[in-house]
Amino acid sequence: MSSVPSTIPARPAAAGKKQQVSAGQGRSNWPATIVLIVCTLSVLVPLYVTLSMAFKTTGQAVDGNAFSLPSPLTFDSFVQAWTLTNFPRGFAISVFVSVTSVAGEIIVSALAAYAIVRNWDRRLFRWSFFYLLAAMFIPFPVVALPQIQLTGLVGLDNPLGVALLHIVFALAFNTMLFTAFLRSIPLELEESMRIDGAGTWQVFWKLIFPLLGPMSATVGIFAFIASWNDFMMPSLIISDPELQTIPVLQKIFQTQFSNSYNVAFASYLMAMAPAIVVYLFTQRWVMSGLTQGAVK
Amino acid sequence: MSSTTKPSTRAVVRAPAATGATSARKSRVDPLFYFFLFPSLAIFTLAVTLPAVLGFVYSFTNSVGFGEFDFIGIRNFIAVFQDEGVLSAYGFTLAFALVTVIVVNAVAFFLALGLTSRVRFRAALRTVFVIPMVISGIVIAFVFQYLFSNSVPLVGQSMGIEPLATSILANPDLAWLAIVFVTAWQSVPSAMLIYIAGLLTVPTEVYEASSIDGATPWQNLRHITLPLIAGYAVINMVLGFKNYLNVYDIIVGLTDGGPGVATRSVAMSIFRGFEGGDYAYQMANAVIFFLISIVIALIQLRFTRGKGGIAA
Repeated sequence: MSSVPSTIPARPAAAGKKQQVSAGQGRSNWPATIVLIVCTLSVLVPLYVTLSMAFKTTGQAVDGNAFSLPSPLTFDSFVQAWTLTNFPRGFAISVFVSVTSVAGEIIVSALAAYAIVRNWDRRLFRWSFFYLLAAMFIPFPVVALPQIQLTGLVGLDNPLGVALLHIVFALAFNTMLFTAFLRSIPLELEESMRIDGAGTWQVFWKLIFPLLGPMSATVGIFAFIASWNDFMMPSLIISDPELQTIPVLQKIFQTQFSNSYNVAFASYLMAMAPAIVVYLFTQRWVMSGLTQGAVK
Repeated sequence: MSSTTKPSTRAVVRAPAATGATSARKSRVDPLFYFFLFPSLAIFTLAVTLPAVLGFVYSFTNSVGFGEFDFIGIRNFIAVFQDEGVLSAYGFTLAFALVTVIVVNAVAFFLALGLTSRVRFRAALRTVFVIPMVISGIVIAFVFQYLFSNSVPLVGQSMGIEPLATSILANPDLAWLAIVFVTAWQSVPSAMLIYIAGLLTVPTEVYEASSIDGATPWQNLRHITLPLIAGYAVINMVLGFKNYLNVYDIIVGLTDGGPGVATRSVAMSIFRGFEGGDYAYQMANAVIFFLISIVIALIQLRFTRGKGGIAA
């Protein structure tokens, strides 16, 4: 420990930011660094396997050794996977489901949260909040069978129906996030706008919604990751196999073409890539969002 | 209120809105707020409440999913409790969720400890560790299915390790371990990020004080870190357990419930209600599953209450 007088004034500024404190102390913890680097292998090896298998020839892929490097390197598997799964169509449908879910989750939850927070003294709004929150305790499998029936009945056994269900099942959590965030926005901002003659509609879109930006980013990214990767809902709700999303399409490699492992892995890689790319560009929101959601 | 000084210039509908939100007294709510709230309530009611009520009603009938049906009382529920297939699905799902919660939290906690200590390349390491969270469960399960059934046995044979020489996915006693492994692989990042957030809230003064008193790192962990982040552990356990009870995607990708029915989860058995014609029967199963999930969530909250400040 360094001398007491010099550390005491420094503490308040560094509180909550361990990095700065430890950086000041200099020494790096190399043993822990090495252990963690070894641990990353558990993440990197499956990804490496996916990558290397995808570039192998069918002849090399059937030998079962996933860890070897592809030789010769070939792009044929991607070409085959592209046509076998009808990738452009699947991609378009997955994009449609994801974009609808992202936009829907942000707008529907933000509107509801705003109405609830500003009218908290009214029973209807307060009870609505708890009603929506109850959804957190209802797992999808419990209501799945009647839902499959109902969506079929009203013609929503398609990607739009899946997007709607994504919006509904995320509603509780998103509304909770938005209400927590809205409570920290001072009313004065709003009042001054209303004094200038703005109505609720303008206040929401010109003031509140932009202020909710960081929270919307978090909600949106998690909505994208969840809806892009989901298998359970589309596989059960979408009745027409032609309209299936990318994760569900990967099932064809389990039955037909069971020996074209390289084609299957090329397809898996194309299914994973968009979410990984989005994650790498939006990391900041992913990291902060998860902890905000959990702690509030 | 200065807004009341120019009432004549504003639209009639808007007038109550401006004063309504700003005055302390209860006045009329801007109708627009009902309009804001309505979409959520409407889709929630139609997509969750209605199916839940329908399912509950159907669970007392002999419906096969279409056509006519009769009410048969609680016969479905009695049958569920006597159905060995369903009971084994519950046994598997509960045991699986319990083991996975423990594994995920242990691994996530130690990774979080590592990533908040003075390691090098912290940001890069964290980026890598979070990747599994953004990969589709079914897709990564297909990748691991190939590894477990082809590559791992090859390695096991060449190194002469008997248990690894055959595919563990084909072994009814061990297949569940593969499911725990892949589920943990995917779930560790989110738990880890929550633990990191927790560890960063522990003030460094506490450690400084304890090291002046000569505490060992183990004592620090046991008596300072663990008690202070207990609330985060509660969050991870409650959220995690709830997710693992609904396990589906990863099982479909790895074993599809097999070998036999050794790894069939409750969710899988419920979904079979649509194929097998025992629709009402599986709705009874779903109702029981719902009640069990609620009871478990309540027990967890009760059991862990007061063990941390933030378990709200």
